[in-house]
Amino acid sequence: MAKKIKEQVNRTKAEEKEFRKKQKAIAMLPKPSFNNPEKVQPVKEVDVPRPIQASLDRAVITKGEENKNEHLFDTAIITDKNVVKIERVASIQKPKNKPVIFRSLGYLSKYWYLVILILICCLMNSVFEIAIPLIIGDGIDFIVGPGNVNFNMILKYMLALGISAVGYAVFKWLTARIANGLSYRVEQRLHNDIFNKFNKVPLKYIDNASHGDLQSRMVNDVDQVTTGFVTGITDFFDCLGTIVLTIIFMFKLNITISVVIICLTPISIVVSLIISKLCHKHFKRQAKDLGNLSGTLSEMVGNQKIVKGFLYEDRSIEKFDEINKKLKESEYKAYFYSPLAGPITRFLNGILYAIVAIMGCVFALKGAISVGTISVFLSFANKYSRPFNDIADVITDLQAAIASAVRVFNVLDIKNEVSDVGLPTLQMKKGEVAFNNVDFSYTQDKKLIQNFNLKVKKGQRVAIVGPTGCGKSTLINLLMRFYDVDKGSIEIAKQDIRNVTRQSLRDKYGMVLQETWLFAASVKENIAYGKLGATDAEIRKAAKLAGVDKFIETMPQGYDTIINESGDNLSQGQKQLICIARLMLTKPPMLILDEATSNVDTRTENAIQIAFNNMMVNKTSFVVAHRLSTITSADVILVMNKGNIIEQGTHKELLEQKGFYYNLYNSQFSRY
Amino acid sequence: MKHIWKYLRGYKKEVVVAPLVKMFETITDIVIPLLVAKMIDIGVHNKDLKYILIVGSIVVAMNIVGFICATICAKLAAKTQAGLSYDIRKGMYAHINTFSHAELDKFGTATLNNRMTHDVARVAQGISNFLRMALRSPLLVIGSAIMAMIIDIKLSLLFLIVAPLILIAVFVILKITTPLYNKTQKNLDRVSEVTRENLAGVRVVRAFNKQDYEEERFATASNNLRKSAVKVVSISSLLNPITGTVINFAIIAVIWFGGLQVNVGSLTQGQLIAFVNYLTQISMALISLANLIISFIKAANCAKRVGEVFATQPSVQENNSEFIELLQNKEVPKIEFKNVTFKYSDSARPAVSNLSFKAYSGQTVGIIGGTGSGKSSIAHLIERFFDPTKGEVFIDGINVKDYSFKQLRGKIGLVPQKAVLFKGTLKKNLRFRKEDATLEEINKAVRISQSEEFVKDLADKYDFKVQAGGKNFSGGQRQRLTIARALVGDPEILIMDDSASALDFATDANLRRAIKEEVNATVVLISQRANTVRNSDIIIVLDKGNVVGIGKHKELLDTCEVYKEIYESQLK
Repeated sequence: MAKKIKEQVNRTKAEEKEFRKKQKAIAMLPKPSFNNPEKVQPVKEVDVPRPIQASLDRAVITKGEENKNEHLFDTAIITDKNVVKIERVASIQKPKNKPVIFRSLGYLSKYWYLVILILICCLMNSVFEIAIPLIIGDGIDFIVGPGNVNFNMILKYMLALGISAVGYAVFKWLTARIANGLSYRVEQRLHNDIFNKFNKVPLKYIDNASHGDLQSRMVNDVDQVTTGFVTGITDFFDCLGTIVLTIIFMFKLNITISVVIICLTPISIVVSLIISKLCHKHFKRQAKDLGNLSGTLSEMVGNQKIVKGFLYEDRSIEKFDEINKKLKESEYKAYFYSPLAGPITRFLNGILYAIVAIMGCVFALKGAISVGTISVFLSFANKYSRPFNDIADVITDLQAAIASAVRVFNVLDIKNEVSDVGLPTLQMKKGEVAFNNVDFSYTQDKKLIQNFNLKVKKGQRVAIVGPTGCGKSTLINLLMRFYDVDKGSIEIAKQDIRNVTRQSLRDKYGMVLQETWLFAASVKENIAYGKLGATDAEIRKAAKLAGVDKFIETMPQGYDTIINESGDNLSQGQKQLICIARLMLTKPPMLILDEATSNVDTRTENAIQIAFNNMMVNKTSFVVAHRLSTITSADVILVMNKGNIIEQGTHKELLEQKGFYYNLYNSQFSRY
Repeated sequence: MKHIWKYLRGYKKEVVVAPLVKMFETITDIVIPLLVAKMIDIGVHNKDLKYILIVGSIVVAMNIVGFICATICAKLAAKTQAGLSYDIRKGMYAHINTFSHAELDKFGTATLNNRMTHDVARVAQGISNFLRMALRSPLLVIGSAIMAMIIDIKLSLLFLIVAPLILIAVFVILKITTPLYNKTQKNLDRVSEVTRENLAGVRVVRAFNKQDYEEERFATASNNLRKSAVKVVSISSLLNPITGTVINFAIIAVIWFGGLQVNVGSLTQGQLIAFVNYLTQISMALISLANLIISFIKAANCAKRVGEVFATQPSVQENNSEFIELLQNKEVPKIEFKNVTFKYSDSARPAVSNLSFKAYSGQTVGIIGGTGSGKSSIAHLIERFFDPTKGEVFIDGINVKDYSFKQLRGKIGLVPQKAVLFKGTLKKNLRFRKEDATLEEINKAVRISQSEEFVKDLADKYDFKVQAGGKNFSGGQRQRLTIARALVGDPEILIMDDSASALDFATDANLRRAIKEEVNATVVLISQRANTVRNSDIIIVLDKGNVVGIGKHKELLDTCEVYKEIYESQLK
């Protein structure tokens, strides 16, 4: 009777799931750095390859195999081969599958009452769902023929049907509402936990991991986990309830027909499992090929200047065609198998339907059942096979959820930075900084800083110079205690920086890095970042000191202008100035500056320089220096090359040494 | 849309056959309930076992026929869908490759990427849906309605109430949820954004001890996401219960009024069962029809976006594909700009105005100025990425418009401002200009570009696998490799667009010395550093698109204020 109902129900449920997956997938797409008018599209429109599935393979398939991912986090999942790497990230453990399930369920335990509520709603929903065809069948049995219609009974049954219909609708909605509410609640908790974790892990992990990968864990994997465990489990209960109730009622009506139906179901289950496996396989390939195509596209279209300048068009078209063809093949298979699931299940159900119809009629001939019962059986035949198809989906979802949970817990299991609770705060009046026999390297196999000694007196200016990529930022990492030294110590005012709280240490420094960091908020909020609740006057004063006040005034909404995420409504130099204004507000006693010279025009550069100089008055400062004036006037110059400090002294001393610095300095005046 | 039709023409057979086959399947769907009704009414009532078995076998056979039809249709649809996406993507990619920079800038990479992957897929999906379903739902609705009317015309009036109710429910819910979905998407973007910001700015966050603040910022974002997502779900999950209720109440009405009919003998019990069946079938078909319409509307939007790309014509056209024989004449300037003014289409003031200069073979032209002063535009004009708004550009005495792209760009080695390499081996990257370059040629280019010291340290030397963009090299290394790439195959003109900005002074000087000594080309040096251009034969000083000075270093120090200012601020 309700032959097509099940299809529809399946479809909408699946669509809802799809929507959520796609929604997450979209968020993971690389953000265009310019204003893309199509950025905010209705979500459902987008067919994005599901990165979730890729993550599934990563965790499951690569076990013990050659690892193809360069990210530290992934190497941690793989067991055998990369022993060295694993030692490096020893604090990341591979959670076992079973605990992963329990840990995931642990997130649900806080909401046990909701789980019970969902169970009850599911059960009620199933009861009404089963009752409706029963009532219809029984009702029709009172309509036998002309003059033989029992209207009193029909009225009673119709009343029952009305109540059941409303009950069904109410509980169906409640189930969906509560289950989704729970699922999003768990998702939110996982989101927050992961985010808070990012703030507590040693910087090493964030530097070494791909940010895209971390973000993918935050968005895709968390979604997969909640869909798998919450929605999946709800669906599972729903199916189980329907199956059990259907079997009970069917047996009550007629044992033989019921046995036949039950005997036929394994076929249906096997077939839907095979199909979903096939689809999964082909979709995975399609997603991979599509990702590949999209990557090539970005590369080739994004760099058309080079493609055209180098007459590479034909070769790139050829290359693209190759990838395009591959995608066509995998698309064909994916597009063929996935809609085929519909006809196949329809076919199997159709056969079951026919058999039930024939048997029903035969039994009715014998008078064993009524005509109404035939119709009941017919609708049961449909209802009964639906949940089995659904369960195949649930199993796939759950597998993916476990794989994603492993990736999520990998992040949550990273050891936090060494706690500094209970340590004294850094006390400083003089602001002397000392490096005592410091050894440091990022990896054990590549020695970097060895036995480095330096004493900086209060108010001194230290310039760090050297060719690109020589490791100048390493010193900044150590000073700010983003990384800890391997040997020796760094002392400020005679206190080892490891023996004071990080907050008190970092409070003493003002830092401006070459890579400016502004966040998507107003200019005002960005400047006030270091001092929340700063007054407008203070902010203005800081901006004035940084020489950026006038520029901000010319922006559309002045200080309230929103800086967009990529900050492309500002030039590099303007961003730098705003970062400097941010520091001007906090007035730290020591400074760490990275002079940025590339992509800043001369006038802005001068403005930045003036701002820097204003800031450095009477402050101990460490400057990664590019400008001659900064270098020559420094109290100490550290010359770095290939990660090592190779020379150290004042400008005059170093020139007299006629070493590396001498050459570097003189190349400025090269005649070429 | 017309561009899509063009591609669809290749699939005439599929487009005709698939819906026809589908029609057969749909007919079986309509007939089966009728046959089952016959089994009950005639077979059971007449106690005719033979009849039941015969009709039962027909039902089974129809199922098989339906299945075969559905499979054929799925196959045809998949073939069309995959083939069509392939064809459109292929055509589109070739078309995009003819675009000049004006068109590329207009669309942007992300948009083009989006249109070529997502929009094309949606269009093909829409067409495939059309093949698979366009006939099914309407046919089901009409067929079932006719069948129901045959059974009982008065009772079928009920459809006039049920159908609009279901359609209204679908569209109203869609209307309410669409903006909510968009909002949820925005909230999700925000969660991603804050995560990304926090990871990128981890040093700043910790330097300012703002962990708690960041956590709060994120908590707000994730809370908003949950709230909006739950809101969407609360409304969208109303659809099933509502349509279900409508159908169930319709069934109540059918049974009640049908009961009255049966009582007077104008309807049989079996017919009543069939009627209920048709009722549900129509309702379901209506829902999928509504979905189908929605998916068509979306596909049409995507088709429009795809069509836009096809409809865009490149603004710089190749006027000549023939190779021009050139006479070697030292008297003819290698590069000549004659009163060139150039304005980007979306900008109010010209990027370059009224520029004239001549550079002879082997000379070096230095171009200096602040950001946005129009330096790169000069390089773009030589490469003919854009055509000048006014004036002319000559290479070897011939207007760049008269060259074939191949000949013109073949003369030039370009080092773009953005130092990117392509995914693939290092060797492949270095052979970008000259596909069959020998190892000696590559070695030489690598040496001149000062890349030798780090290339020799690479594990696989030239077979080293470069990641997309070249991100497994440092900025300075990447810049040097892009210089090497431009040098392979001895270009006649070498354009270096601010391509030493990440190099330290020593390397920069060595690089310039090597180029001077070993490269036999007219060099165009674009830079912000006075030191880089000071030894050029001609220095062009630009300020906001205007030429404020042309001459040699010494002359400019005396005559050009802007140049003097730049020079002194950098080298005092």
